[in-house]
Amino acid sequence: MTAAGWIQIAVFVAVLTALTPLLGGYLARVLQGEPVALDRVLGPVERGILRGLGPQTQAEQDWKRYARSILLFNLAGFVVLYAILRTQTLHPFNPQDLSSPPWDLSFNTAASFVANTNWQFYGGETTLSSFSQMAGLTTQNFLSAAVGIAVVAAVIRGFARRSTTSLGNAYVDLTRTTLYVLLPISAIAALFLVTQGAIQNLDAYKTVNAFVGGGAEQTLGMGPAASQEAIKMLGTNGGGFFNVNAAMPFSNPSGMTNVVLMLLILLIPAALTNTFGRMVGSRRQGWAIYAAMATMFLIGCVVLYVAESHGTPAMQAAGIHGPNLEGKETRFGIGSSSLFAVVTTVASCGAVNAAMESLTGIGSAIPLANMMTGEVIFGGVGSGLYGMLLFVLLAVFLAGLMVGRTPEYLGKKIGAREIKLVAVGTLAVPLIVLALTALAIGTKYGDASIFNEGPQGFSETLYAYTSQANNNGSAMAGYTGFLQPNGNNDGTLSVTFANLMGGLAMLFGRFLPMVAALAVAGSLAGKRVTPAGPGTMRTDTPTFVVLLIGSVILVALLTFVPALLLGPVAQGLTDSLF
Amino acid sequence: MLKDLRSAALAVLVFTVLCGLAYPLAITGAAEVLVPGKSKGSLVQDEEGRTVGSRLIGQDFSARDDLFQSRPSVTGYSASATYFNNRGPNQATLAVQQRRFALDYAEREGIRVSEVPADAATTSASGVDPQISVENARIQARRVARATGLPRQRVDELVEEHTDGRGLGVFGEPGVNVLMLNLAVEEER
Repeated sequence: MTAAGWIQIAVFVAVLTALTPLLGGYLARVLQGEPVALDRVLGPVERGILRGLGPQTQAEQDWKRYARSILLFNLAGFVVLYAILRTQTLHPFNPQDLSSPPWDLSFNTAASFVANTNWQFYGGETTLSSFSQMAGLTTQNFLSAAVGIAVVAAVIRGFARRSTTSLGNAYVDLTRTTLYVLLPISAIAALFLVTQGAIQNLDAYKTVNAFVGGGAEQTLGMGPAASQEAIKMLGTNGGGFFNVNAAMPFSNPSGMTNVVLMLLILLIPAALTNTFGRMVGSRRQGWAIYAAMATMFLIGCVVLYVAESHGTPAMQAAGIHGPNLEGKETRFGIGSSSLFAVVTTVASCGAVNAAMESLTGIGSAIPLANMMTGEVIFGGVGSGLYGMLLFVLLAVFLAGLMVGRTPEYLGKKIGAREIKLVAVGTLAVPLIVLALTALAIGTKYGDASIFNEGPQGFSETLYAYTSQANNNGSAMAGYTGFLQPNGNNDGTLSVTFANLMGGLAMLFGRFLPMVAALAVAGSLAGKRVTPAGPGTMRTDTPTFVVLLIGSVILVALLTFVPALLLGPVAQGLTDSLF
Repeated sequence: MLKDLRSAALAVLVFTVLCGLAYPLAITGAAEVLVPGKSKGSLVQDEEGRTVGSRLIGQDFSARDDLFQSRPSVTGYSASATYFNNRGPNQATLAVQQRRFALDYAEREGIRVSEVPADAATTSASGVDPQISVENARIQARRVARATGLPRQRVDELVEEHTDGRGLGVFGEPGVNVLMLNLAVEEER
């Protein structure tokens, strides 16, 4: 641990906090249809797209229609992406002549990118052409992010509006989010990245005579990496252009690009808390949610940084001293690698700049725990906030039970219907995680994917399903679904069980909570608002922040402690080798 | 329902053109104009003008005992098929690997295993880490000075010159770029 490492964490949180109201205000204007500066340029594009899409885009939608449009949009996105992957050989920009990925891997990958997970069983530069990466993956990097933001906009309207059924229009929200938020910020970020050394071209891989000579050669993977890197962070997608993701110097060349990437990850999820506050008419409500998220985030930063600053049992056995630099880049060291690991797992991003498999035992418990909260500590763009709002309702409900009053939030009474939907939204994903982990561990089908021995093998499996079902996408990458030894698809090994189960986990993990949140919003939108009285519990105070944190941790702990004990904790408590 | 599906499908196609083709191609064009060298991989030439690699991508120098050595890699320093080492912190196979890296380093530099810096006995994440730690470079400077006949002080200066600091003094860690340093050493001889 160094002073610079701690200062980096402090500066990062300070900058993020300062940017939150700025972008939060901008997002509120975009999502409420108010004019923004980019109107002049993009206004005609927006109107043109919406007119072209037809009358569906004109009317206000109730929650069911909104959900239907979103689901159909994702269905279409899934089909297009799957088709692009399976016909890779027919497309341009494939200088390496990479063949089309097999059906089960394509299913997993299409599900992964549509569900904003970006779990990758494939290796980017050895499996996918530049066309697939751009038209297939970069597109879904944008669209799955826009879907998250659109849905949270609809959910916020449910909290903000009264005595109505309408939550906005899905196509309008998707289009405005993409045009006014995602594209401009990504373009600026991508241009910054290329000035720092991230690559952006359509060239064939370059083979050079390496420095030492004697016939030694080195082949450099090429492609449009920077443009994808930018939206992959901004949209909390996380799927790397290269197999080693943001550890690859061509994607993330310096400590400076690294901090910009980390900011991009948390920018929108953090700002949306402020957007929420503005749209419901009380910014303090937004800051309360921000405070709960930031507190849990900081706890993770401290624990992970301290854990990685110590050696591992393997290093001890090898007789070497110092921090756990295994699987970490020199330019990031322990500080920037630890912070990145926390940022990428509190948000449902899943990009990595260090190997998750190589974290210390206790260190690896933090990413897992972050994901196990259901990705609500900032979380994915949009999905993090609507997930957290379900926990807010749960916290209000628990508090109501304790004092014996009807629970209410923002003046709206919370009834049995809302709480049932909250239960679906918060418990469905943990159930998927535990059921699939048990299935993979308890049957022979999961064995083929496990690479490490002992508790680490269990951790890999638990991590895989936790990450996929919660739409994170980071991996203890020893866990295998697809092997590609020589950069060509011949003789590859595809683990169908892992691809199929993972794909289903991502789809259900994405859309069950999404529909539940929309249903809650639909039901809240119809309610009247009762003015706050002396007996009303305030939800913008430190007391409530503590209550909210307690609710999140309680649900995660009750569900996952046994699993965490079997994997990372068992590992952190012993020096034995396996 | 059908109309909705039609709008949805149309929307995906429109945004595929906009976000999946127009955006990355526009960035590619802009990058080519703004920073042609960097967008194509920051390639480096030696004294004779041969392209010998990228300043961002680490290489294997183990055939040259008179030069600075990169961090160990289990991927053969591949920059076209990258992967992690993926061995957990308590895996016996990892301990065996790290022990071998540490022994090799200690023998080459003439130090005890317990003095080997952590980055010299561990693999990086990318397998092509272009840098080594400053401590690691200072230890290797002794051997490089002896092998090349350059004054030790000059080698130390070169190490200093090729150390990239933290971003804005806070972000990331300092590191020494091995390829650029070795090119400089060769130029000095």
